[in-house]
Amino acid sequence: MNVVYGSPSFTSEVMGTGYCPGCGHGTVHKLLAEVVEELSVREKTVLCYPIGCAGLGGGWTNLNTLSCAHGRAGAVATAVKKTNQDNVIIAYQGDGDLAAIGMAETMHAANRGENITVIFINNTNFGMTGGQMAPTTLIGQKATTSPDGRDLERHGAPFKMAELIAKLEAPKFVGRYAVHDAKNAIKTKAAIKKGLQMQLDKKGYSFIEVLSVCPTNWKKNPLDSAKYIDEVVSKTYPLGVYKDVE
Amino acid sequence: MPKIEVDKEFCKSCGLCTVQCPKKIIKIGNVVNSKGYNIAEQTDESQCTGCKLCAIVCPDMAIVVYK
Amino acid sequence: MSKEFIKGNEAIAEAAVRAGCRFFAGYPITPQNDIPEYLSKRLFEVGGNFIQGESEVASVNMVFGVAATGIRSMTSSSGPGLALKAEGISNLAGARVPSVVVNVARGGPAIGTILTAQQDYLSATKAPAPGGFKCFVLAPATVQEAADLVYEAFDIADKYRTPVYVLADGMTGNMMEVVELPPMRELSELPSKDDWRVNKLEQDGNFRSISSYSPTAEGLQEMNEASEAMYQQWDKEEQRWEAFMMDDAEYVVTGYGSSGRIAKSAVKELRAQGIKAGLIRPITLVPFPKDAFDQIDYGRIKEIFVAEMSIPAQYADDVRWATKSKLEIISVLTSGGVILETEAIVDAVKERV
Ligand code: SF4
Ligand code: SF4
Ligand code: SF4
Repeated sequence: MNVVYGSPSFTSEVMGTGYCPGCGHGTVHKLLAEVVEELSVREKTVLCYPIGCAGLGGGWTNLNTLSCAHGRAGAVATAVKKTNQDNVIIAYQGDGDLAAIGMAETMHAANRGENITVIFINNTNFGMTGGQMAPTTLIGQKATTSPDGRDLERHGAPFKMAELIAKLEAPKFVGRYAVHDAKNAIKTKAAIKKGLQMQLDKKGYSFIEVLSVCPTNWKKNPLDSAKYIDEVVSKTYPLGVYKDVE
Repeated sequence: MPKIEVDKEFCKSCGLCTVQCPKKIIKIGNVVNSKGYNIAEQTDESQCTGCKLCAIVCPDMAIVVYK
Repeated sequence: MSKEFIKGNEAIAEAAVRAGCRFFAGYPITPQNDIPEYLSKRLFEVGGNFIQGESEVASVNMVFGVAATGIRSMTSSSGPGLALKAEGISNLAGARVPSVVVNVARGGPAIGTILTAQQDYLSATKAPAPGGFKCFVLAPATVQEAADLVYEAFDIADKYRTPVYVLADGMTGNMMEVVELPPMRELSELPSKDDWRVNKLEQDGNFRSISSYSPTAEGLQEMNEASEAMYQQWDKEEQRWEAFMMDDAEYVVTGYGSSGRIAKSAVKELRAQGIKAGLIRPITLVPFPKDAFDQIDYGRIKEIFVAEMSIPAQYADDVRWATKSKLEIISVLTSGGVILETEAIVDAVKERV
């Protein structure tokens, strides 16, 4: 009997992840590690990690990791790629990191069209700090700093990052995906693979937004959280490819 | 015959694999790991098709599929 | 060696290139704009890269990333920009990433003025950002010294895996002088970074991480202890200063950077008038050259004149500490872009003679 699916050889030996049960970060880490293994680019991959829950995740993929100051992974990734064009550079960021404090770096990196891949984990809140309102929090969604729910007039509308980035001239591939079920996880993996392959082919900037669950701060169990992605979150943030000019 | 193995220590009892399995042959069992999570287990190995869906959705890299 | 009549900022930029700097990121701010302007052309001539960042914050973080891959990298700015870079500098220090940060200082607080001043002593030497760390700080007084110190800064940065902060000022940055520029370094001669650069796996195949973060309390304590050991080594081995006419001095004048240069003129003038004045001019601000002050003959010297283009006085506090309060401190200060006059120092000393 053969193993037909197991964690990538280099993740399994290290440790499990330290994320909460059901958290989408672990799934995306695994998919990313699988892609890196399938493309045989581990030697030259550098992950630019954020501050936030995923900031803990460097070791959990056993990939070379630069831990960036809060929000700055876009700038770091741009510069590392410019000076190390043979490396595969991934900026992995959550919604507070990428869309709040790092908005300037995010937009400028995208606008320069640097040949990098940005993986944006959108779980509609600041996870690590305990569930505060994020730029991506849904209208009506309760967070610890929007206890009555996000209000359009008081807080403004949720930022739709994939749509915004797709409007810029330089990005080549922009899409929104999910990992709460296997069907979507398979699509997410294909998108990540496409992004990394584009880097190898020097084709340019790719932005992969992933809707992810945060059961802990959503105060829902993992199964209800998965349903919440289908029934609620993906209504504000429709899945799909927003730009593909490869 | 296809089957799965769940890594006892990696499983966090999230249950995503249980709803994903088309054959509904995974459940959260009574065995508790060192972190206090009841781990997922395959109830009827003979029905497993090795489709991998359970393993793909697992956030904690806990499932290995054999075929 | 080539001699050139060159502006301070350009000498800093060219010296960096000759030291092997192949990456610069920065954001426009007066009075240092010649540095990014010069490098935006020059770096590409030598196969390097230049990025005008979207902000000071982005720029210093770009340097963080590139320097972590082992490429000699630099950023420059002035006071308000340094404030924005501060978090990035703490990341460079915490993650032990060798890099060079240049401050062509201007007047503050905040926006203050674009004119030259020395209002950034405390922020450069004590606490650029949260967390308790030090940069190695060099303070050039002339264009020649600015070129030499920037050139050497890259070696110091590599030797210790630390950010080196060059605290120049608008006067040195914008003055033109004849300078002997240092020779062009071959990149192949520079120290190898293969044992730590982030874009290489460990020999056993495991990943590398460059981070100021530690998952455990003990881990962070260990990192901080390692930095502290480095700071102590700096204190023992790296203190540097210029002592001028100190052997028989009865009056000591001290200042760093441009004030040190002006203080030296004052000492020469006082000597010409028969007054036994001497100069202590720190070249390293971190480590502070406290040995220079330990060597003072406290039986002979009663007062020390501290020249500084900062109000309130900042450098004077360290002089008080280094002299263990054994001398009366007489500050000669200007601020806001008012350049210190040699005469002001001469007069201050003569009042006490
Ligand atoms: S707090 Fe939310 S985002 Fe963070 S690990 Fe837990 S579930 Fe994941
Ligand atoms: S491999 Fe497919 S059939 Fe077998 S347990 Fe997993 S999901 Fe069920
Ligand atoms: S998906 Fe993985 S972690 Fe979750 S219950 Fe199944 S085996 Fe355990």
